[in-house]
Amino acid sequence: MSTTETTTATETTTLQKGYVGQSVPRREDKRLVEGQGVFFDDVKRHGMGYLHFVRSPYAHARIQSVDVSAALALPGVYGTLTGDEVAILTDPFFQIAADPGGQVKDYALAVGKVRYLGEPVAAVVAETRELARDAAELVEVDYEPLEVVVDARASLEDGAPVLHEDCGGNLSYTGVWEWGDVDGAFAEADHVVSISQLHFDRFNSTPLELDGALVEWNRGTGQWAITTNNQFPGFAVIMMAPAMRVGTDKLRMITQDIGGGFGNKITSHPQLVACCLLARKLNRPVQWTEWRTDFHQSMSHGNERWFLDTEVAVQSDGTMTAFRTKAIDDAGAYLRYEPLGGVIWSQVAPGMYRWRNLRLEFTQAMTNKAPVSPNRGYSRMQHLWFTERIIDIVAQELGFDRVELRKRNYVQPEDMPYETPNGCVYDSGDYPRALDLALELIGYDTVEQRRAEAVERGKLLGVGIGSTLDSGTNNFGQSQLLNPELQFSGNNEVATVKLDIFGEIVVTLGTTPQGQGHETTAAQVVADILGCDVDLVHVRAGHDSYWNSHAGFSGTYASQFAVTGLGAVKGAADELAEQMKTLASMVFQCPIEAIELADGFARIAENHEAALPFMALGAIPNANNAGFPVDPPPMNARFVFRPQFDVPDKEKKFGNLTLTYAMQIHACVVEVDPETGVYEIVDYAAVDDCGVRINPQIVEGQVMGATAHAIGAAMFESFVYDDEGNLLTPNFYDYHVPHALDMPPLKTSSVESPSPFTPLGTKGMGEGGGGGIHCVCAALQDALRAAGGALVTDSHNPYHRVWDMLRHPERSRDTVEVVKQ
Amino acid sequence: MSVNEPITSAVVTVTVNGTESEHEVPVRRLLVHFLRDDLDLTGTHIGCDTGSCGACTVHLDGVAVKSCAVLAVQADGATVMTVEGLAGEELTPLQRSFHEHHGLQCGYCTPGMLMSASALLAENPSPSEDEVKVALQGNICRCTGYWNIVEAVVAVGKGEAA
Repeated sequence: MSTTETTTATETTTLQKGYVGQSVPRREDKRLVEGQGVFFDDVKRHGMGYLHFVRSPYAHARIQSVDVSAALALPGVYGTLTGDEVAILTDPFFQIAADPGGQVKDYALAVGKVRYLGEPVAAVVAETRELARDAAELVEVDYEPLEVVVDARASLEDGAPVLHEDCGGNLSYTGVWEWGDVDGAFAEADHVVSISQLHFDRFNSTPLELDGALVEWNRGTGQWAITTNNQFPGFAVIMMAPAMRVGTDKLRMITQDIGGGFGNKITSHPQLVACCLLARKLNRPVQWTEWRTDFHQSMSHGNERWFLDTEVAVQSDGTMTAFRTKAIDDAGAYLRYEPLGGVIWSQVAPGMYRWRNLRLEFTQAMTNKAPVSPNRGYSRMQHLWFTERIIDIVAQELGFDRVELRKRNYVQPEDMPYETPNGCVYDSGDYPRALDLALELIGYDTVEQRRAEAVERGKLLGVGIGSTLDSGTNNFGQSQLLNPELQFSGNNEVATVKLDIFGEIVVTLGTTPQGQGHETTAAQVVADILGCDVDLVHVRAGHDSYWNSHAGFSGTYASQFAVTGLGAVKGAADELAEQMKTLASMVFQCPIEAIELADGFARIAENHEAALPFMALGAIPNANNAGFPVDPPPMNARFVFRPQFDVPDKEKKFGNLTLTYAMQIHACVVEVDPETGVYEIVDYAAVDDCGVRINPQIVEGQVMGATAHAIGAAMFESFVYDDEGNLLTPNFYDYHVPHALDMPPLKTSSVESPSPFTPLGTKGMGEGGGGGIHCVCAALQDALRAAGGALVTDSHNPYHRVWDMLRHPERSRDTVEVVKQ
Repeated sequence: MSVNEPITSAVVTVTVNGTESEHEVPVRRLLVHFLRDDLDLTGTHIGCDTGSCGACTVHLDGVAVKSCAVLAVQADGATVMTVEGLAGEELTPLQRSFHEHHGLQCGYCTPGMLMSASALLAENPSPSEDEVKVALQGNICRCTGYWNIVEAVVAVGKGEAA
């Protein structure tokens, strides 16, 4: 049974026992508002040198020579590193892709060729930041420029310049994903709507803190200590260690506070390797902090994607039975996490709809642009945008009501848990109800009246809906659908909970939070299980692989903490509770069932006088253990949470790819100036359902953040390249991220449909599925109906594009056809 | 010193968070790097190369400035306050309000937000929502979408912070 709550203001609550479900104020905040957080760039070491990368000014060029002598001659320069050295000292990074993408040779620095503007070619370490930058200018690199390709479609054509000769072309991965009887559904369709081209634009979430690390080499043990902000250390060491020809334990990964991540901080492993090599070569700590322009030019762009020759089969009552399309994904120059985007979209293959017959030919191309890697909503957002565009274009072309069309085709609450055509299981949810809530919040019943009022003011008003999913807790077995040789499957996360000698409860996590409040929510869960005050639970900040509280998939990414992280916390706390009860039963010589944990004591439930404070329990095994005939339990529990998954069927591309499906419905109202194309979002609502909310305030904060990113992507943010591969938006001047004044009024609300598959009924959330992009596109299309009826075929719609659509509606209209009336 | 030799360093005397000290600094050193690297006041952050993000905002003689757009030598003789100087024994109402209204997530932009907002509140103790947005337009936050930040600042003006 779901419950509903409409949140209009953040409430301060008096905390009660039973912390889960309450907006416990965040315990991270005090240090952060005092400027006492510790971000990687805040850490200093005696004698450390600052690293600056020499970067390519060309998007595609052969490296003729690299001369570092002038840089080395500068007083205060400690040393340099070049691609030639890297090629000797390391092996190319392991590739996730099968051939042809598997043939990509990717190193910490460019070897032989550069393939995108901003690619690191050499590195200089010097006494100061300024000097390192100056010295980098003195490194002379001779380039032989090569022909450039920046368009994924063009890169796949014969005769296109080839980035990686070993791949025999620019194709990294291609595969046909088909389920159901697609041809049959089209044959029986009453209508077929074709859409020749849709384009999801290139942007990313641009965390405010840039990438970097402080790397210390211990020459005695051969170990590196890497204080960094990489958000997926488990993945980073899997990439780094084999390339560096060392074991993963030689790479100690440490994080504390991280200034935003959004997936963009997963693939910093090449730069971290360069830092490690230099720390060893120079035998001194090496500090690297990326510059904003470096980040924009070289790090973690989101996946740009084209959808070509889309066809949709629709029955006359509006039932959608099938779609088929050809997706071309632009990976940029290297495959740092790719081609995983080639399978991740299929976690949400039918979107929120009951499509049973789907065919998607997925092709990924490499281009002379920055490498892509996960970005909030990774790969599903692109696909969900596509499904939402289908719904709105079909509605407009065939004359269906957009709300009714959605409700008719949504997976219904009574279908839950719902198995999609490709074997994913949507765990719970009530999509029609969430849609009603969102529409109510934007005053949908008065829209026509407001539309008429807007016309009187010379404005075009439009309403849009974005239905979206936030699939969470990956089954990494899905990687085998791209490359059957891979040996990854399932998922895990680790936590330890212990009771120390003076009764302190100490929790360690394997995760690397970047603002998601893990210290707070983990404490809530532990306090409830141990029956104590939440303030007695100390959760260590950040991640350190020396804590032995991590596993191969540890990190904070892909909407999973509330399931994997808190699943591990719950498991460890349950185990510790059992140990505490056991010890109390040994002391009181009573059955364990007689013991309860409450009010900070282990006591006999029927006799509260017989009570041991936590301090006594912690002291016994640690410091006062004589006289026990059997070992007292250690008061220390480590738990590895492992969701139940099977390896998907590689032939049929069928299986459960994620454990939970959080949902968001966004709805907005825009007003467009028909003279200029300038538009404003005048009303906005986001309704979230992520199952049980451990901390509603933190959940709402995530919904807000994802909404802001989506609005930015829809209206302002784009990585724009010219034909020579120059990035035209390399900083916050040209790449406009929303400011406080850009934000529309926002209303949030939530539905709670607990997940039946997770220990706490939670679902991973936070990515938000790009709901804001979907609904802004939909609202623009609605507004333009009264001015030529242009169709929105791009995810990114700055004012000039809207102006184009107003002037030339036929350009988009010509791309859409009702083939079968 | 010959007129042909460029001056590469200078001595600055600056009062930061109430403490006066004297330092020889490279003349090209930015105030933000001086604060972070020389004084180890790492609460002031850097998020861009272009003066766009405001994470480095501090008070220079009582005025909110982006410390990446000021040279350390320009602060000679000046009084600087950084985020570390805001709280005394207890958090300020503004800091508490950010906490209560969930006005921060990763906390990276927060020092700059707090310095811009505290400068606003010093001038205008009860700002409207729009006035807060204008005052914060030079500060980028990528986590919160600004709604809770604006709410937190407005609440201080209304005396709602506990």
